[in-house]
Amino acid sequence: MIENVPYFCAGILVIIGLVVIVTKKDMIKMVMGLALVEAGVNLLLVATGFISGGVAPIFTNAPSTAMVMPTVQAMTLTNIVIGIATTALLLSFVMVISKKYGTRDVTEMRRLKE
Amino acid sequence: MMDFIMANAPALLIAVPMLGAFALPLVGRLGDTPRNGWILAVTLITAIIAALLAWTVLTGGPVLYTFGAASSSDAIPADSGGIPIRIIFTVDAMSAFMALFAAFVGFITCLYSVASERLSSGKDGYYALMLLLLVGILGMVTTGDLFNFFVFLEINSLAGAALVAYRIDKGVSVEAALKYGFLSTLAGLMVLYAIGLLYGQYDSLNMAVIASRMSYTMLDKVALALLIAGLALKAGAVPLHFWTPDAYSMAPAAVTAFLVVASQAGLYGLFRVLFSVYGLTLNYVTVGWAVIILGVLSMVVGVTMAIPQKDVKRLMAYHAVSQSGYMLLGVGVGLVVLGDAAAMDAFGRTAMEGGIFHIVNHAMYKGLLFLTAGAIFLQTGTRNLNKMGGLGHSMKWTMLFFIIGALAIAGIPPFNGFASKLMIYESVFAFSPVIAVIAMVVSILTLASFVKVFHAIFMGPQQPKYADVIEVPRPMLVAMGALALLTILMGIFPEQIVSTVIAPAANALIDQSAYVATVFGGV
Amino acid sequence: MNMSNLVRSGANIMMPFILVYGFYIVVHGHLTPGGGFQGGAVIATAVVLLMVAYSRADVFASIPKNVLKNSETAGLLLFIGTALLALTAGIAFFGNWLLGAGSLFGTPVAFGINPGDINTGGIIPILNIAVGIEVLGAMGILLLVMLGGMKGDAE
Repeated sequence: MIENVPYFCAGILVIIGLVVIVTKKDMIKMVMGLALVEAGVNLLLVATGFISGGVAPIFTNAPSTAMVMPTVQAMTLTNIVIGIATTALLLSFVMVISKKYGTRDVTEMRRLKE
Repeated sequence: MMDFIMANAPALLIAVPMLGAFALPLVGRLGDTPRNGWILAVTLITAIIAALLAWTVLTGGPVLYTFGAASSSDAIPADSGGIPIRIIFTVDAMSAFMALFAAFVGFITCLYSVASERLSSGKDGYYALMLLLLVGILGMVTTGDLFNFFVFLEINSLAGAALVAYRIDKGVSVEAALKYGFLSTLAGLMVLYAIGLLYGQYDSLNMAVIASRMSYTMLDKVALALLIAGLALKAGAVPLHFWTPDAYSMAPAAVTAFLVVASQAGLYGLFRVLFSVYGLTLNYVTVGWAVIILGVLSMVVGVTMAIPQKDVKRLMAYHAVSQSGYMLLGVGVGLVVLGDAAAMDAFGRTAMEGGIFHIVNHAMYKGLLFLTAGAIFLQTGTRNLNKMGGLGHSMKWTMLFFIIGALAIAGIPPFNGFASKLMIYESVFAFSPVIAVIAMVVSILTLASFVKVFHAIFMGPQQPKYADVIEVPRPMLVAMGALALLTILMGIFPEQIVSTVIAPAANALIDQSAYVATVFGGV
Repeated sequence: MNMSNLVRSGANIMMPFILVYGFYIVVHGHLTPGGGFQGGAVIATAVVLLMVAYSRADVFASIPKNVLKNSETAGLLLFIGTALLALTAGIAFFGNWLLGAGSLFGTPVAFGINPGDINTGGIIPILNIAVGIEVLGAMGILLLVMLGGMKGDAE
């Protein structure tokens, strides 16, 4: 049971993130919600590679002991990098919008619909 | 030289536009002309490589490319325990077909941009992002690795969102870009979550390996739902279409034409996951009907939302949603009868061919329509239909291209839209007459809508405020002309195109075992 | 606005250590946890330190944006160039054409568990360095733009 905790945490993080995205009206908070979803996904990825009692996969010629899976860690790192790029891009959009509109509230943004 | 390119075509397909994008800041320093030459050369070379790759695939079967290996065909190293460990590009007929027309549209839109963006600032960034968007699309359609697919999906989304915001325009386009970027990222994370679930069960990221081990457990169903939701969002299918009108109408015209292809890469991902990864293990009747319902909803909602629009690009964007419904419908019918060989031969194959043929047709005529809308916007400064009128006097070529595009989207012979829609009508009628009738009604509504648009833009007396409007520069006309020519050619010779390109692509989707054997069979 | 003398002196003392630590992470990417992205990000935090300690005008004067842009381009070109050179060596794209060649980063890996030799890894350290150069440029520009509150053109 205890080994399933990371998966539950990942699910809970994703749900918290989605709730934040849906309920908050401030765009910066919405981007933060997206970052929470991403953190949840990252946790899921890392958790799938975990082996109890495994050692870090840093060997030049690997002995045959249990290692944690390096692939998922590479995937997680890649996703962190992508996440930074996305968050930076979205936040710079928010910056431009708040400068041009004078608000960060999504409910007050109706210019597209005109 | 030729052998070298042929041997490394899948890698060069990604590497050339990437190199082009990375070197752009240096080339851009030399001035406008070298930059334009560079960008056109890069996209043209990419298109040629894509054509060579497609030719190789169509004549010699699927191509495998293993990254980082001593030999590119060395998919399963001897010491790996029989599973592919490296990133592998698996290019079958479907991938090659998507890559070919994506690279072609990339070239056309860059050619158009050379003229349409000639007065804008920040062109280095613009073209670099165009090339990265091309990289994203080409990578998505050629890769055989799920995580790699996600990375290219994100490149696609980020470049697309940044391009939508390219003209800041009082912040309105940035608002559209934020919406697009936000939702695409969410879609990407859904896809990644699904990839994590699949990897946790099958210990591999390679689509062929996952397909060969697929046991369709509960977790696989969750992953499938996430993949369908994420990729349908990326493809802009109803009810996940709300970003499309904003992003398509606010982006520069060339970008919009290219974003259409970017969405279709999402559609490709959806088909690849459904057919090649899940395949027959899938509860294909239920999932197939779900895809059909998505398609019918997209068709109906898209066209009904399009009719009252006043912004010409927004109207076209809703039509794009509507048209992507036809592709989902055609391929969805094929999915429903996936396990039934008799029904597959009777109408399923034709439906899938129609759906896939419609993808390329849509990219051609919708690209053409968006480019004409961009030309009109460039010369008049408005996208509002009520403020236009009488432009037929001064922009004759644009009017001609608009007519071609509008007739093609409405499915009037002899244009390409008719060819693919006819295939969809015939086969879907055999499957379910009601849906076929809905599809035809949507087509008629599309025609009505475009007649209205045509009348509003081009007909009527010449208005004094547009007295000095002239025809757009030549590169834009050439770009539109090339798309118009293809629209007509593909409408006149549909049988030849279907039998040489589309049918192998449809077979590649249907035949899951061939896809798996490409990786495992060893070349 | 400038912070107090104490903060500025502290920043000056910390600066070289941050840079050295960042480059250490980049160069040892193939042996220890870390690599190009992480090291580049550490180096970019030096920009944050400057932004905290000094006024905006001072920072913009001491870190020209062009230098960062150029390093971004250089890193990307080095990355893709290294990968493309594998093709001319007759192996697949991103193939490790330096591995075991004996020259720079080409020493064969020693057998068994060992602390690792920096001169191994083939093209992996080179790709790490390329990514490090690229990331420090890109993140530096990003931080300058965002913290400076300048007009954010879509990067």
